[in-house]
Amino acid sequence: MTTATSDTAAKLRERIRHAISSQQQPTVTVLSSLLAVQDALHYIPDEAIEEVADHSKTSINEVWSVASFYTNFRFTPPGKVTLDVCWGPSCHLLGAQQILKAVQGELGVEEEATSKDGSVTLRYSTCLGACANAPVIAVDHHMKGRVTVESAAKLAASLRKAGSD
Amino acid sequence: MPSKFEELVERANARWAELADSGKLWIRVQGGTSGQAAGSDEVMASVKEAVESSGVDANITPVSAIGLMYLEPIVDVQMPGEPRVLYGNVTPELATEIVDKHVKNGEPVAERAFAYWGDRSKRPGTLPHIEDIDAFGKQTRIVTKNFGSTNPHSLLHYIANGGYSALNKALNEQTPEGIVDEVKASGLRGRGGAAFPTGLKWSFLAPNTAPVKYVLCNCEEGDPGAFNDKGILENDPHMLIEGLIINGYATNSTHGYVFIRQGHEIPIEATRKAIRDAYDAGLLGENILGSGFSFEMEVSLTGDSYVAGEETALMEAIEGKRSTPRFKPPFPAAAGLWQKPTNINNVKTISYVPSIDTNSAEWFKSTGTEGSTGTAIVCLSGHIKHPGMYEVAMGMTIRQVLEDIGGGVTGGDHIKVLQTGGPLGGVLGSEAFDVAIDFDEMSKAGAILGSGGIIVGNETTDVVDLIRSLIAFTQFESCGKCFPCRLGNTHMLEVLDRMCKNESRAGDLDLLEKVGTNMKVGSLCGHGQLGYNPVSSALQYFGDEFKQRIEGSLEPSGPFEDGSMILPTRTRP
Repeated sequence: MTTATSDTAAKLRERIRHAISSQQQPTVTVLSSLLAVQDALHYIPDEAIEEVADHSKTSINEVWSVASFYTNFRFTPPGKVTLDVCWGPSCHLLGAQQILKAVQGELGVEEEATSKDGSVTLRYSTCLGACANAPVIAVDHHMKGRVTVESAAKLAASLRKAGSD
Repeated sequence: MPSKFEELVERANARWAELADSGKLWIRVQGGTSGQAAGSDEVMASVKEAVESSGVDANITPVSAIGLMYLEPIVDVQMPGEPRVLYGNVTPELATEIVDKHVKNGEPVAERAFAYWGDRSKRPGTLPHIEDIDAFGKQTRIVTKNFGSTNPHSLLHYIANGGYSALNKALNEQTPEGIVDEVKASGLRGRGGAAFPTGLKWSFLAPNTAPVKYVLCNCEEGDPGAFNDKGILENDPHMLIEGLIINGYATNSTHGYVFIRQGHEIPIEATRKAIRDAYDAGLLGENILGSGFSFEMEVSLTGDSYVAGEETALMEAIEGKRSTPRFKPPFPAAAGLWQKPTNINNVKTISYVPSIDTNSAEWFKSTGTEGSTGTAIVCLSGHIKHPGMYEVAMGMTIRQVLEDIGGGVTGGDHIKVLQTGGPLGGVLGSEAFDVAIDFDEMSKAGAILGSGGIIVGNETTDVVDLIRSLIAFTQFESCGKCFPCRLGNTHMLEVLDRMCKNESRAGDLDLLEKVGTNMKVGSLCGHGQLGYNPVSSALQYFGDEFKQRIEGSLEPSGPFEDGSMILPTRTRP
């Protein structure tokens, strides 16, 4: 291992430990620690599984069982921005599927995935909670409602362009 | 010497007077998750910039959303001594125009305003009073009474509008038993879906003398089409916090948790801030308001899991584990969170408690029906003119809600189908639209009021495709603990998918029924037990459509020509 990579590895551990130890709420659990890591790093690296197990005094297996259960956890770094497209029934009735297809087309992906250039990660959402202004999408948790196939495709294209510049 | 609470009220009234009676102009910009989706952040920025460059001295306050989400973003301008003027569908450009004309020169942009609010003798031009707009005037606002008017991030705004007086009364004048009796007498029933009598539930926990007891508030709210729990937290979090402290006092509990799904930043941040402010003001923590009662509260976040909303799965999630349901008994009141005695209630249920305690059980019962007292907080979305969040008296019919408040259908000429009470609530056809919003009446009609979400589909809605999307949801969200639910949902989705593609096989309907029955008897929680509901309710109201689809006499259904739909790709291992 070169010095450079071990530096990075040490830094990653440091960021993980910091995320775990700086949780504000009194009740700290395996789940809360995983959420804190994902908030800070936007994904759960293998090192985080070890650190959370260590911090919670439990096994790596236990931590994996929790991490693999909740569908928001991801285990590889996401793209520069994450685009959530809601496919819940309110959005479904108002054209969510066509919006999904158009966004996939713009990003060049066929399912939930990150565009090849690493600029945008597409996620399907079961409900973003702004159903009254459906169809809804979100860019890094920021809601955009009343979208159309055209406006969603345009947004996806501009995010992709911004991310690859 | 004034009491601690009297001092708080004095501070709050002084703060409110600074905004309302200082002779300064007051601009309220409504926010919230839905507001953000409609562009309220950009409108707020534009209002601030325009006011700053105009040199006018005005109060600008972010306030809660009034619920009329079809009019979002909403801006409300009040000149000193005048009624409020409300503007709807405000763009950043319109915001600048409002500042230039109304704020600077005192002339409302009448054609872009939708209502005024306040003294009727000072009506600006021909604007309607907000009470005369059906979508607002036909509501009965109890929990949502402050919506549209106060800043959800301000403890003092809440107190200035009567907040925490119920807690003060409870701690100083009432016994825990007295409060449980009051809640029992009010007839309040759980608003999370099960409609269990709240006072009775509290009475299971209250007598337990364990040193640590928990009251949990469920805001998992994974139901697509329902946003009223998060709506309360982001619009008036102190209403819930006050109710939960009273819940704790009445049941002699020591800790409260507000349980929310990660990612919903606006309600999460509003609740966290409200809890911090309540601690700072002595409304939470040791010896609350000098009463001797101590109570701790925190927000507990969960990852994405619909089943985490089930009460025992929720406890697993707070403990940091996979949110799968537990066997019952033991019931939560005996052994719940960390095996300690526990009560769990929905956000809406708890949010009624301060009003009941302030006004009396009799007052609460004067709204609603005999078996379903008070109000229902409904969320309208889909093919409806006025999507939004509305609080209506129990007993109003579904049709009145859809037509008077919802304004009727869009994109077609009539409403064909409703999806109520979350995906497991199934669907209703027009025969059921005259049923009253009432737990018992709706259940007799085979429907669930559930969490209050009502998704509207017009005559262009393909019911089989809609059901496929509901089952795609329940399949994706099955926690996997019970195999009849895990495999049953997958099996039902396969059958519905081929139905939509005109590839049905003989006996598919029987197969669905068989699978559904197995799920009902072989699953531990509602997710599997009610999992056949979407299909069975659709067969009840739209059986012909299924038959035609199986016969292949219709075009493939769904969003794409070949009858396919894009299904989720992440799964639970």
